[in-house]
Amino acid sequence: MTTAPPSLSSTRPPAAQVGAIAWLRKNLFSNWFSALLTVVLGLLLVRTSLGFLTWATTTAQWAVIPANLPLFFVGRYPVAQYWRIWAIVGILATLSGLSWGILSRNLAKLFDRNILIGFGVAAAIAVLIPAPIPYRILLLALLGLVLASAWIGRLVGQRMPQLGQWLSLGWGLSLLVVWWLIAGGIGLPGVRTNDWGGLMLTMFMSVTSILLCFPLGILLALGRQSKLPVLRWIAIAFIEVIRGVPLITLLFVGAYMVPLFLPGGIRLNQLLLAIISLTLFSAAYLAENVRGGLQSVPRGQAEAANALGLNSVLATILIVLPQALKVSIPTIVGQFISLVQDTTLVGLLGAFEMLGISRSILANPSFIGRYAEVYLFIGAIYWVLCYAMSLGSRRLEKQLNTTH
Amino acid sequence: MTQPQTELMTSSTGTETMIVAENVEKWYDNNFHVLRGVSMTVAKGEVVVVMGPSGSGKSTFIRTFNALESYQKGSITVDGIKISHDLKNIDTIRREVGMVFQQFNLFPHLTVLQNVTLSPIWVRRWPKAKAEEVAMQLLERVGILSQAQKFPGQLSGGQQQRVAIARALAMQPKIMLFDEPTSALDPEMVREVLDVMRTLADSGMTMVCVTHEVGFAREVADRVVLMADGLLVEEGTPDEFFGNPKEDRTKKFLSQILH
Repeated sequence: MTTAPPSLSSTRPPAAQVGAIAWLRKNLFSNWFSALLTVVLGLLLVRTSLGFLTWATTTAQWAVIPANLPLFFVGRYPVAQYWRIWAIVGILATLSGLSWGILSRNLAKLFDRNILIGFGVAAAIAVLIPAPIPYRILLLALLGLVLASAWIGRLVGQRMPQLGQWLSLGWGLSLLVVWWLIAGGIGLPGVRTNDWGGLMLTMFMSVTSILLCFPLGILLALGRQSKLPVLRWIAIAFIEVIRGVPLITLLFVGAYMVPLFLPGGIRLNQLLLAIISLTLFSAAYLAENVRGGLQSVPRGQAEAANALGLNSVLATILIVLPQALKVSIPTIVGQFISLVQDTTLVGLLGAFEMLGISRSILANPSFIGRYAEVYLFIGAIYWVLCYAMSLGSRRLEKQLNTTH
Repeated sequence: MTQPQTELMTSSTGTETMIVAENVEKWYDNNFHVLRGVSMTVAKGEVVVVMGPSGSGKSTFIRTFNALESYQKGSITVDGIKISHDLKNIDTIRREVGMVFQQFNLFPHLTVLQNVTLSPIWVRRWPKAKAEEVAMQLLERVGILSQAQKFPGQLSGGQQQRVAIARALAMQPKIMLFDEPTSALDPEMVREVLDVMRTLADSGMTMVCVTHEVGFAREVADRVVLMADGLLVEEGTPDEFFGNPKEDRTKKFLSQILH
């Protein structure tokens, strides 16, 4: 028996069943059991959502949020110095826009539909939030700043492609400027770390710890693989000790015990101690993530590099490490996301980062009992931060993919 | 040596020795005696093909020539330099010895051009422009010029192996080692790699090739060597080796590969 060969002219796979009905049938109602599950869970979902919406629109007293907006964002930072924070946001917005424009200079279109929708939503939020009018205008201006600098970055980037290499330098310099603007000194009135707070402090701790723990984690991972026994033992001991201790313990040790051990007269800043604890903790976990990446790079890669005359340091830096890091991006970013969330533990120890400031707001008699509103609000902010990181990680993975 | 020699290739006199291996012995960490006293001399411009069953130690043997494998007894001298444990000495030798691997081992995160220019820039310290110019010449010679900006993962196996050859040649080595360069290739791609190797041999390069390609050995090799069980069993010209083998082990091996 012969069957006719499939026509060679058809260039697409056969059209599957499409449409909402087909999708529903396949995914939600494929048999009586899944149909039952769908109905029960669907009812539960609808009831819960309705309950939440009813609460959010009738019972909840959202006034606590706008009344404390500055506290949520910058804590007890002196009001007269707020312009410094706005300047930081402006610098970061400009740099982000420029980087975005320069890096996507070769794309056909800078603003595709999704991005425009995103900006539209952001603009709508900026207009609708219950903040004083000048703040809303500032927010809109910031959005405009991002768009404008992206457009300029793209134009300049197309003329001078080598500009891309200077971006990281720009970011590095901007960090110094940001640090100076926050802390003051050299021409600006100083602001004590005790007065830093809110989202600003959360971001400060997160970014500083991430920047410090990344190189430390790589060094630890390489140390753990080293042929020199002493180096290897130190790395293993460090990693295993830190990983065996809960972060909260490490923070307590840093905050209360290290000052006892230090020779008299030396007093370390509490924020510094917290950042050191966060950094060491994350570095130990990061080291294990990077080690996994290192092990995934075939031995032939280092051998080929050696055979070309590269010594082991160059082979590691140029060949093995870039591939190992690329493989570990998802787990590394996962570690960074945990780190952002772990900064809340520093709040438990008394810092006025976002959680700490929320607790102090809730202790204020006029806002007593507003737990749900406050925690939902800061929860949403944490979510935006972490989701942005995970989006960035996926974007980076895509960009570094060289297989096709 | 009828082809005109390019400036990138060492000229051949045929008398000077490039590699002298004497009674090389090696044990793996698990005490397996993989090389049991192997001696071999390779003259300048000579093409030696090493054959043998798997596990015979042939790959391990040629990998001692650029110190990718250490050895415990005997001595190996490459281009007048004795291989010792001194790191400087190993780096010097590796600069003069190019190697092509069975699995290509191209660097997947770098473009083809970056793969080829990496070592000249970092080890020879050439300016980027010079390294790229030489790289483009080499890529043209191996027929990959149009793919210079692609990543290795976007090329076929045969193309990748030709890039690997260009990458090794970019260091202007005096000796090229080939460790089963066609074993991981689809059959239709073996030819393009062997053609490049043939041209290289014609240009006077000193080559040691571990390969199962009998046709290549017959046509290109000056000498064919059989290794088995960590020993060098027999060596001779291709005609002697394939036409009139002396050792029983060689006859048995040939009967297995020349069905």
